[in-house]
Formats: sequence, structure tokens, C-alpha cells
Amino acid sequence: MPITFTKPRGLTDAPTHYCPGCTHGIVHRLVAEVLEELGVLDKAIGVAPVGCSVLAFEYFACDVFEAAHGRAPAVATGVKRAKPDSVVFTYQGDGDLAAIGTAEIVHAATRGEKITTVFVNNAIYGMTGGQMAPTTLPGQVTETSPYGRDTNIAGFPIRVSEMISTLDGAAYVERVSVDSVKNVLKAKMAIKRAFECQIEGIGFSLVEVLSICPTNWGLSPQESMDWLRDHMLPYYPLGVKKDKTKESE
Amino acid sequence: MGEKVLMKGTEAIGEAAIRANCQCFFGYPITPQTELAAYLAKQMPKLNRVFVQAESEVAAINMIYGAAGTGARVMTSSSSPGISLMSEGISYIAGAELPCLIINIVRGGPGLGSIQPAQSDYFQATKGGGHGDYNMPVYAPSSIQEMVDLIQDAFDVADLYRTPCMMMGDGMLGQMMEPVEFVLRTPRAVPEKDWAATGLHGRAKHNVINSLYLDPQDMENHNIHLQEKFRRIRENEARYELFECDRDNDLMIVAYGTTARICKNVIRDAERDGIRLGLVRPITLWPFPTEAFEQTIDRTHFGYLTVEMSAGQMVEDVRLAVNGRQPVAFYGRMGGMVPHPKDILERVKQMIYQGVK
Amino acid sequence: MTGQEIVFAGFGGQGILSMGKFLAFAGMEAGLNVSWLPSYGPEMRGGTANCSVILTENTIGSPVVTTPTTLVVMNRPSLDKFEPALVENGLLILDSDLVNRSPVRQDIEPVGIPAQSIAERLGNKKVANMVLLGALIKMTQVVPVETLLHAIQRHGKQQFYELNESAIVHGCDFSF
Repeated sequence: MPITFTKPRGLTDAPTHYCPGCTHGIVHRLVAEVLEELGVLDKAIGVAPVGCSVLAFEYFACDVFEAAHGRAPAVATGVKRAKPDSVVFTYQGDGDLAAIGTAEIVHAATRGEKITTVFVNNAIYGMTGGQMAPTTLPGQVTETSPYGRDTNIAGFPIRVSEMISTLDGAAYVERVSVDSVKNVLKAKMAIKRAFECQIEGIGFSLVEVLSICPTNWGLSPQESMDWLRDHMLPYYPLGVKKDKTKESE
Repeated sequence: MGEKVLMKGTEAIGEAAIRANCQCFFGYPITPQTELAAYLAKQMPKLNRVFVQAESEVAAINMIYGAAGTGARVMTSSSSPGISLMSEGISYIAGAELPCLIINIVRGGPGLGSIQPAQSDYFQATKGGGHGDYNMPVYAPSSIQEMVDLIQDAFDVADLYRTPCMMMGDGMLGQMMEPVEFVLRTPRAVPEKDWAATGLHGRAKHNVINSLYLDPQDMENHNIHLQEKFRRIRENEARYELFECDRDNDLMIVAYGTTARICKNVIRDAERDGIRLGLVRPITLWPFPTEAFEQTIDRTHFGYLTVEMSAGQMVEDVRLAVNGRQPVAFYGRMGGMVPHPKDILERVKQMIYQGVK
Repeated sequence: MTGQEIVFAGFGGQGILSMGKFLAFAGMEAGLNVSWLPSYGPEMRGGTANCSVILTENTIGSPVVTTPTTLVVMNRPSLDKFEPALVENGLLILDSDLVNRSPVRQDIEPVGIPAQSIAERLGNKKVANMVLLGALIKMTQVVPVETLLHAIQRHGKQQFYELNESAIVHGCDFSF
């Protein structure tokens, strides 16, 4: 019988620790598939964050760094500058990238580092057990916003893609979602485009992936997908926010 | 032999790093070491090497983590408040066993402190600074020539043991100019960096640069491995200078860096008053050169006087080395004040004539 | 000669740091041990500037000069600040065009030189510092004038060499 579906070469055989229904597995797979399809797995170097995907260094089959919380873009900068021929990516969650690591992501982007950031936004801190994230929606209940995020007290969510897209060093920025098969395929195309942008040396690229966290949202995976569509999509509109690849064609 | 050139300490460090084949520099401006970054910003691009001004010391040390992890020879530089910011990253670098060189041109503290010379980061440098059980070799040159000579050695030790190394100077060594000669040194044999994350390039197993071990037994095993490495460094890499110690002295002074060179003047001045002093000068602060005390313990009448530009942070290490066999006293200035030879000699006389401990 | 521990002091922009540097270069060429230490930090942003220079046959301990053997001052605040520190019988060289008071101490050797006027006659007030430096080496004999000129030729900007040279020579020739 012919084999029609395999694990991509970009992933190791290690079983992941992610919760049932978590979308990290999908996003990991998309990154691995893209690296393989672009033929750059051999020169890819990943940088894992602190957060739920802290163990990503065990799952990606390329060389990987485990960075301190929020510092992945700085680590990736060091890697890329020292090894300019490599294909470097950071894989970060919303707490890592949009709270403690805001300075690093903004400056890596504005320097136009030839790296790619895969930014997983599930509007909550996952690993520490469901606290309010910089991306938590107004009114959303979390461990540390038990009465719902009050914007008078806790301020407003950050729209990372829109913010990064204002920087001249950012070459490709897109927000995607993995809530449906169609959107998963679109997400893959965006990630591929982002890596191509790096490989062609155009500049910094970021793909924000709207994701779910059934465990900490307290919903089933199916309900979580509905919640993402009903609540996250209106606040975080999908689409390409910046595309310098077209300008350079 | 090369030609002697007159150079500022900070710039001499930059030139020495270039000659030691440093490939990448990441840093953030802070007085009194910014001229080092400026020097490398000018020179590194000409050599097709990397200079990046980071957005913060926090980012700079993490860029070091990234570049060192690829196997490149890398350096950063800062001054006290900046080193505090880098301390988290240094802990990660020690944990992940990455070689790099960190320059600390120490200024007065605590807090924003002053920008004048100080030695008040001794504890931070030698006892950790960041979290976890780690140490790193700390070099404390007392002249610009020695700074230059130690740069190559520090890079080699970093590679040899897979460890961050720190070079501690102070605002005076950084800002002053004195003649220096760049002698071509024979590098030590360092192992190949087969652990580096360079991209697979056909390698079967992926390399991971990491300091996370969720299983406590794994974490302890890693710590046992690190401690074994620190033991080897303690055994092999301690350095010191003994000055006027091959005679019976009234008193031994213990001082490092800028303070040590001031104390050499004190020793000269004391001779005129008929007082014989020796100097134990640690060149590495970690590992602390306890051997230097074994060699001098029987040749001092009144014990040891530690002289520092701090509240006496090195005194603990001196006492541990002396281990109760001789009295250990202290004289120091703080906050960016530099001890005056006259005042040091006054303290020496107190000890000798009045028995003040 | 015996060693010299010199403090140069004045306003930022008067060439205080560079006169010290040229002397240090010359001292090195003359085979002496030398050190040069500037004041740094906010002090160097427009306000006062000073530097310590040591030339000696001995090894140099502290590069900080606390009791100068020679003091060169190019403004009043510097005279106020450093006059008390000068050693007994120490040499005080001051720009008499800029310092509007006489030294208080009787146990020192003061020399006033109208360096601004001399420099202006030479075509550029900016070389007043070199006039004073010329006077300094003439009076202290710390290095030969040829060595100083050679150091300036090697380490100074080429387009200013002739002007600098003439300022040094005028400083040397100034009759006290």
C-alpha cells in the first residue's frame, strides 16, 4: 500500500507534551513542512521560547536554541549575524513575544533582521496555568482577570501584527488562524511566504497564528474553535499586514 | 616584537579582541566603556565581522547567547548596571555552556551609582550574579598591557572549558592611555565545537543549545558535570602575581586591578620609611589564587591588608585562603573614590605601630 | 630629568585633552613610562575638562595625579580648583589672557603667558594650548622639543602641523 501521509522530516519522533486539542501541534507541523518543502531543513536553526512551546527544541529536527523568556528574537539575531547563510526562525507565544519580549521583537523587526518569527497567539498564558496575556481580550476571564479583563485596570490587548507592520524593517507580516482546514492551508502559505522572504534576504518576517487553548479557556476543542471565530477574529482581523516581497518583484 | 602604541584601555581591549579573532560584538552604550563599542563599530565591518548595537544589555547578552551557540568567538562589554541586566543571560550561557567573553568596566554603585572607577562588582562577578550554581573565570588586569595580553587567554579558556569568561577593569583602566604592545601569542589548543548549532548540514542528530532540564535528576546530573568543570578550572586556571614577596615582610598587601598598581607605589614609598611590604595580586578573581597565600603566609609579620575600591568584598576570599593563620585587615574607598597612596600607607602604619586590625 | 606629574585643565574645546595626549606621545617616544587619564562623563560635555599626564622613568602606579608637579590652566575655575594641589615649588603655567587673577600661593613658581594673543597673531586662537605646551617643555625639559614636534607630526592632523609647530616654537621662545 503506498504511503500517503507521513510525519515531516522537520519533526523528531519525540511525543509532544501538548494538551489534547491544542493547536501547537498543527503549527509545529506547518513549520516543519515548509522547511522541508523549501529544502532548507539542513541549514535551519530554530529558537524556542519560554511558554507552552518551551520544549519545541525537542520536537524540531533541525538545530535549535532554547532562549530565555522573551529573548528569542535577540538570540536569533546573534545566530543569523554569526551564520548569515542559515535560515533562522523563532517560535514564540503571546506572553513571551508581546509582554516580556516586546523590546526584542520590535527591535529585531526594525533592524530588519533576516529571520522569521512564528507567533502563536491564544490570548492567554498557557504554561503557567491560564493567566491574563497582553493579547487577552477585553472582558475575557482568566486566572488573573477573574472579573474579565477590565481595560481601565489592565489596559488593552496588543495587535502585534499591526504594530510590527508599521516598522520599515518588517518585510512580511500576516495574521492567520488555524481554526479550519481552509485557514490551516492559508496559514501554511503565509509561513512559507515568510520563510521565502528571509531566504530572499528582503527583511524581517512574522506570521501571527491565532490559536486555541481549550485547557485554560475551559472549553472543549470544538467550542474553542467557535470562541476563536466569535471573539478573536473580530479583534484580530486576519490578512496580510505588510508585504515588501511584492515591491521587490 | 611589535611596536609600542599609546592607547586608551577600552580601545586596546577592542584591538586585542580583533587580534584574538573575535568574530562578533554585541553591546549597548554605557559610560565608562562606550569607546570600546565605538572602536569595534569602526573596525569590525572593515574585517567583514559583526558589530550590532543592541536595544538593551538584555538583548546584547542574548545575541551573545545566539552567536556563541553557533560556535563563533564572541564578546560583549558593559559597565556595572549593564552587567546586572546581563546577569540573567550569563546564567543561561553558563548553563548552556557557551564560550564568550564579557567585559565589565566597573563603576561605582549600587543603583545608577557613579561613573568613576570602582571594584564593587567583585561579589557579582565571582559569586554568581545570575541565578543557579555556576561560576565563571574572572580576569582582573592591572594595566592596559595586561588587559591586552589576557584577552586572548580569556577567549582560549572560554573555548577550552565551554564557559563564559569575564574581564573586570574599572573606569580608570578603561579611560586611561598608556603604551601597549600587541604581541602575537600562541593560542592554546582548543577542542572543535562539535556541539554548536550550525544547521544540520548532513549531521544525523540535531544539536540543541539549552539550559532547561525538567527532570530534577537530569538537572542534578548536569550540575554535577558543571561542578566537575569548575573544579578543573580551579585547579588549572588560577593566576596571580607576587611582588616583593621573596623576602620577609612586615605586611602583605592584597589588591587587584587599578588598586594593585597604586599599592605598588605604596610599597616603594614604604621602603623610605623602613617598612617592608609585599603584594599578593590576584589576576584571576575566580578561581581565587589561594596558592599565592600558601607561598606568603610564613613571610609576613603582621598578616595581610586587603585594599579595594569597595567595602571589602574580596576580604572573605582572602580570609578563606588564609584560614585563620594570619590576621586579615582591610582598607578601601567606595562609590568611585580611588584610594590615595598616602592613605594606604597610613593604614599600613596603623597596623604595624598601633596593632589596629 | 626627574619625573613630571602634570594636570592640564580648562574648558572643553580648548584642546586640554589633546595637549596632554601629545605630551604623552612625546614621552613615550623619549623612552619614558607615560600615562594619560582624562576626566570623563558629564564633565566632558562642554563644561570643564582636565587630564592627568605622568612621564617618569619609574613604573607608574596610579595614573591619577593628585599633587601635580606642573599645572597648566586655561581658565579661572581650573586655577581655583587645582592651585591648592600643586606641590611646593611646583610650576604653574597659566593663560594670562583668560585667567583674571594671580595665584594666591607664594610657594609656587607661576608663569603667565598671553597664549590667546600669541595664537591669534599666528592666525588661529585654537593653538593657544600649543603655545602653553611649548612653554611647558621649555621650562621642565621633560622632553626635547624635537621629540614633541615629531610626536605631533605622527599623531596630529597633518593640515594643522605647521601652525602647531609655530605655536610650540613661540611658546618655547616666550621670554619669561
